[in-house]
Amino acid sequence: MQPIERISVWNTICAAGNFSGRFLCGAEAVINFSDLIRGTSLQGRAEELRGRSVLIRTRDQLASALAIIGLDGLARRIVICPPDLQTEDLRFIAASTRADAIVSDLPDSSELSGFRTVIPCGTQIIPANCDRSAVQATEWILLTSGTTGAPKMVVHTLETLGGTIESDVSLVRRPVWCTFYDMRRYGGLSIFLRAMLGGDSMVLSSIGEPAASFLARAGAHGVTHMTGTPSHWRRAIMSPAAHMVSPPYVRMSGEVADQSILDRVRSFYRANVSHAFASTEAGVGFVVNDGLAGFPSAWTGTRHIEVDLKVEDGTLRLRSRRNAICYIGGQSESIRGPDGYVDTGDMVELRGERYYFVGRRDGTINIGGFKVHPEEVEDVIHQHPQVRMALVRARKNALTGALVTADVVLEREPNSADDRSAVQHEILRLCRDLLAPHKVPVAINIVPELPVAATGKIARRCA
Amino acid sequence: MSVRSAVMNEFDQVAKEQSVQLAQLSDDLAILDSGLDSLCLAVVVSRLEDELGVDPFSSAVAGEQLPVTVGDFIQLYEDAIERQRV
Repeated sequence: MQPIERISVWNTICAAGNFSGRFLCGAEAVINFSDLIRGTSLQGRAEELRGRSVLIRTRDQLASALAIIGLDGLARRIVICPPDLQTEDLRFIAASTRADAIVSDLPDSSELSGFRTVIPCGTQIIPANCDRSAVQATEWILLTSGTTGAPKMVVHTLETLGGTIESDVSLVRRPVWCTFYDMRRYGGLSIFLRAMLGGDSMVLSSIGEPAASFLARAGAHGVTHMTGTPSHWRRAIMSPAAHMVSPPYVRMSGEVADQSILDRVRSFYRANVSHAFASTEAGVGFVVNDGLAGFPSAWTGTRHIEVDLKVEDGTLRLRSRRNAICYIGGQSESIRGPDGYVDTGDMVELRGERYYFVGRRDGTINIGGFKVHPEEVEDVIHQHPQVRMALVRARKNALTGALVTADVVLEREPNSADDRSAVQHEILRLCRDLLAPHKVPVAINIVPELPVAATGKIARRCA
Repeated sequence: MSVRSAVMNEFDQVAKEQSVQLAQLSDDLAILDSGLDSLCLAVVVSRLEDELGVDPFSSAVAGEQLPVTVGDFIQLYEDAIERQRV
């Protein structure tokens, strides 16, 4: 069969030409485009992965970025593992995606056993020994947190991921993109592809890198477009190193951007500050450039810059070529409704002529861009023998958007204040032992009862 | 308890809870160098709201910048409590 000629990230970079001064910067290495196009980071073994389903599992973000560029157009499917993916989930993901090959920068990891092909990868580019002109449309699998513990697997293509919204880029001669996000999740990946497909440079973040050194690195590379959650930006402008960057364009997404953070960042950097709506399933929805929180209600019911928006039953729905294709694995639900719209699950409220985001319909709590499903925290609290019922909800917080808090009904009223505080501490200890730090409640409130809805379930949305 | 000791106390408490090594606190120390990350700070801010009844981070005064040092942080709370009294 003749291979179909399609666009891949690597071919797009090559076709753009003019590599001088273009780079991809990680915490430990900087790769110039002129080197990037000479090969891959896959030890000259890329050809072994042609047409296969491959897991990309790295410690370093740059290693993932280079592996993606090496494999797009070559592998049948790439599965991009986020840094917090648990080993037990990795097995499940590999089985669901039929991945029998893994590329990794952790050569000694026990996770690598059981794969037919294991290829070490890093940040060194060596000749690929393979024909990059013969390309196939690679399926990109992104992982997003699911309600039941195991991550959901979302299928994208280069077309859905790379369909960007043109806006302020043309105003800068040589954009240098930078994001606080991890490029192995949708938010970071879409920026990464924006940069690569546009032939632009990019500075990647790194887990565990102190804010000050990341900002210094970004500043040294002259970033022009910088993105992150409102929580990332609050942290940035509280850093003594905040002035090491001076991006003319700042974008926020991943969390609700309120007016105060938009104003603070605008006045701090004297930058054009926009905020965007995107999700792994719906893709990039829209960018709000007028500096105000929320978005104009006039955008709904019409086609607004390549996306159809509507609000139904109180949640925002989007239809565009950036929508994901489908879920894979045990997921029976479909991404789009019968009308072709993706229900984002984000509730909006009309005030005046704008819609404002007011939380998630399923009660999911967003803590600095990280999702917490109340049920998983409640399950842990219920393990305490004295707990009869628990309700986990969001508590507003000006630094991370929200924190988790828990209302708990005990089997019997504590006898004394000491008893009460002892139980509270035990529950908190249980949470700390079993949950990631951002999922641990900031407080355990002992209450006499919890509101129960007509369905017999605990009323999740209390006014 | 003074605002200063309430703040110091919470820094200490949250650091213990999150098993974070807290730096020697001084007014000149950058908050982000204290060992507390954004999540820890968010917890501190919530606890202080319960304890002191103010949250200067959410009731921002126009033109006010976010605190950079521990001294700025304490000052922010002292000012907020002062405003509340007036």
